[in-house]
Amino acid sequence: MMIDLVAFIPRAVAQGIPLLYGSTGEIITQKSGNLNLGIPGVMYVGAISGVIGSFFYENSAKGDINGFLAIAIPLLCSLLGSLLMGLLYCFLTVTLRANQNVTGLAMTTFGVGFGNFFGGSLIKIANADVPSIALSKTSAYFSKSLPFADSCGWFGKIFLSYGFLAYAAIIIAIVAAIFLNRTRRGLHLRAVGESPETADAAGINVTRYKYVATCVGCMIAGLGGLYYVMDYASGVWSNDAFGDRGWLAIALVIFTIWKPDLGIFASILFGGLYIIYLYIPTGMDHMEYKELYKMIPYIVTMIVLVITSMRNKRENQPPASLGLPYFREER
Amino acid sequence: MADNVKNTAKDPLFHISKRDDYSTKRSWGVRAIAIVAALIVCAILTTCLTGDNPIKVYATIVSGAFGSARKTWVTFQNLSILLIISLALTPAFKMRFWNIGGEGQVLIGGLAAAACMICLGDRLPAGLYVPNGVVVLLMVISSIVAGAVWALIPAILKAVWNTNETLSTLMMNYIATQLVAYYIIKWEVPKGSGKIGIINQNSNLGWLVQLFGNKYLLSIVVAAILTFAMVIYLNYSKHGYEIAVVGESERTARYVGMKVKKVIIRTMLLSGAMCGIAGLLLVGSINHTLTTTIAGGQGFTAVMVSWLAKFNPITMIFTSLLIVFLERGAGEISTTFGLNQSFADILTGIILFFIIGCEFFIHYKINFRKSAKEEKENDD
Repeated sequence: MMIDLVAFIPRAVAQGIPLLYGSTGEIITQKSGNLNLGIPGVMYVGAISGVIGSFFYENSAKGDINGFLAIAIPLLCSLLGSLLMGLLYCFLTVTLRANQNVTGLAMTTFGVGFGNFFGGSLIKIANADVPSIALSKTSAYFSKSLPFADSCGWFGKIFLSYGFLAYAAIIIAIVAAIFLNRTRRGLHLRAVGESPETADAAGINVTRYKYVATCVGCMIAGLGGLYYVMDYASGVWSNDAFGDRGWLAIALVIFTIWKPDLGIFASILFGGLYIIYLYIPTGMDHMEYKELYKMIPYIVTMIVLVITSMRNKRENQPPASLGLPYFREER
Repeated sequence: MADNVKNTAKDPLFHISKRDDYSTKRSWGVRAIAIVAALIVCAILTTCLTGDNPIKVYATIVSGAFGSARKTWVTFQNLSILLIISLALTPAFKMRFWNIGGEGQVLIGGLAAAACMICLGDRLPAGLYVPNGVVVLLMVISSIVAGAVWALIPAILKAVWNTNETLSTLMMNYIATQLVAYYIIKWEVPKGSGKIGIINQNSNLGWLVQLFGNKYLLSIVVAAILTFAMVIYLNYSKHGYEIAVVGESERTARYVGMKVKKVIIRTMLLSGAMCGIAGLLLVGSINHTLTTTIAGGQGFTAVMVSWLAKFNPITMIFTSLLIVFLERGAGEISTTFGLNQSFADILTGIILFFIIGCEFFIHYKINFRKSAKEEKENDD
């Protein structure tokens, strides 16, 4: 079995970038002790908010598109949309101390519904005279690769052929890793996730850390949705196309044992596993095996999950207070 | 509880304390207010998007769920399936085992039922014949076993290595989905369509009985029986007690000599088996076909239904009715006003947020600065 690596790796990376955004965001969130199962919904909201922003901009600009605005408007809309989702999650779980699993699942229901609803009804609501949402002009700005990518042969294809959001994802992951492990604020954040009582006693504002970490985490995750629709899908929104990538991003958090820098490689690996079924030859009369190969990323996650829990090393464990609400007066 | 007098320069405007006077009447009052508030927000949203007046929107919701005899029956049928899945997840949740793998367990149950119907039907070599009763019996057994096995894997992982069950059950969902996708292509009719179509359309082999000639009634009756059984199991049996103790404190359970691992595995077997029954009903009684989306996200919705009902099977009837009512109503809004079907999810989400948020006002009390002082006097 020969896989053309020069063709395969860029596709694996393109698949991996949304996962990387999602998992980096979720790692920061989980480090504050919030298990946000709403990430799939947040990523949908991030994607559709960007789409809505750019849809109105493209329609109002009538072909006369300014490159800076074409990028800035969807980007800001996307960040704002996912920020609102993050605030909602924090308000319910931190301020109102609701159950995190239930809130997260409700956010996923809401977010996926929100994305599919506006994706399907935006044209009707805006009374626009276009047949479908295809933001090819905006997408061209998002997916513009580095200018010298084509002249560098295989090296250019593998390393230089992506839109700016792909590089941003990697930079964000590295910054997150440095922040969590090398800065005082990162230390405080980890303390909040491990033992909010201790952090509180040490004078750390637990509520503020939880809010900021979760909201920033949601904004990063939302960018994953934006990357998917603007770069990977060339600006074409189709309902449910984003699929279960949000859940895979949550699985990646475990896979990378809460390390964003490890997430860079793990997400590309996952991206590869996600599309590997396209490269395993099955023959024309056994197309059904492809469905079995699509299981691979999930089975790998299961195995990693079991191995990390079997080895039970202290530094590889989830934050100790993950999923638990903190209430100072409750002891 | 002693007041936390803070040494900050200024007393905070309010502080929050846990309620001691927990009354059922009050808590249901708060929930009712939350639902009404949520419905108002939903109506405003719908009015903004459709330009129709709110009263008409509500009328559309009601007519979507109960507009005709058929619609009412379908509403109750959907209710019964959601209720069965919620009931299935409940013992696991009471044990603090976050089984969000209901989706996969239902799918696998459905797959097992479909496998019996297909493999014991037309595919048998000529001359062989399996009577309908045997097929149905095998369907029931295999669905229950399949669902139970699917739940058993995360349960064993949890019991032996303390593997995070939220994520393992989630992964099992996707493995189940792909397994079903595999068999759908294997069994597709006609070849290349990617669909199974109605199974045994002519012979009706393996189609579950229609009670009193009503095709909706079977699931409703099964749901009613299971609700009753679950009330007894959770409240009046030794198993139910053990589940409650393990959920409250695993250490206490171990201290009093309960075998925690055994309880976890046994409870998850039950949970999965009941999800398997839901799958059986979906394939054998309702759809007579198998798709990868046959569970339709209800495995996740059931988590919320069960939690909203505070794990009480009787209350669950009402919470699942609320969710199904909204889904069917919002579906009707979507068709009437030409909106996308996902509108239902948005409305459901909004209502869930309100109900989730209102729990705070049931369990906690906000004391403003003035009233805090008075309270102190009262305490003295």
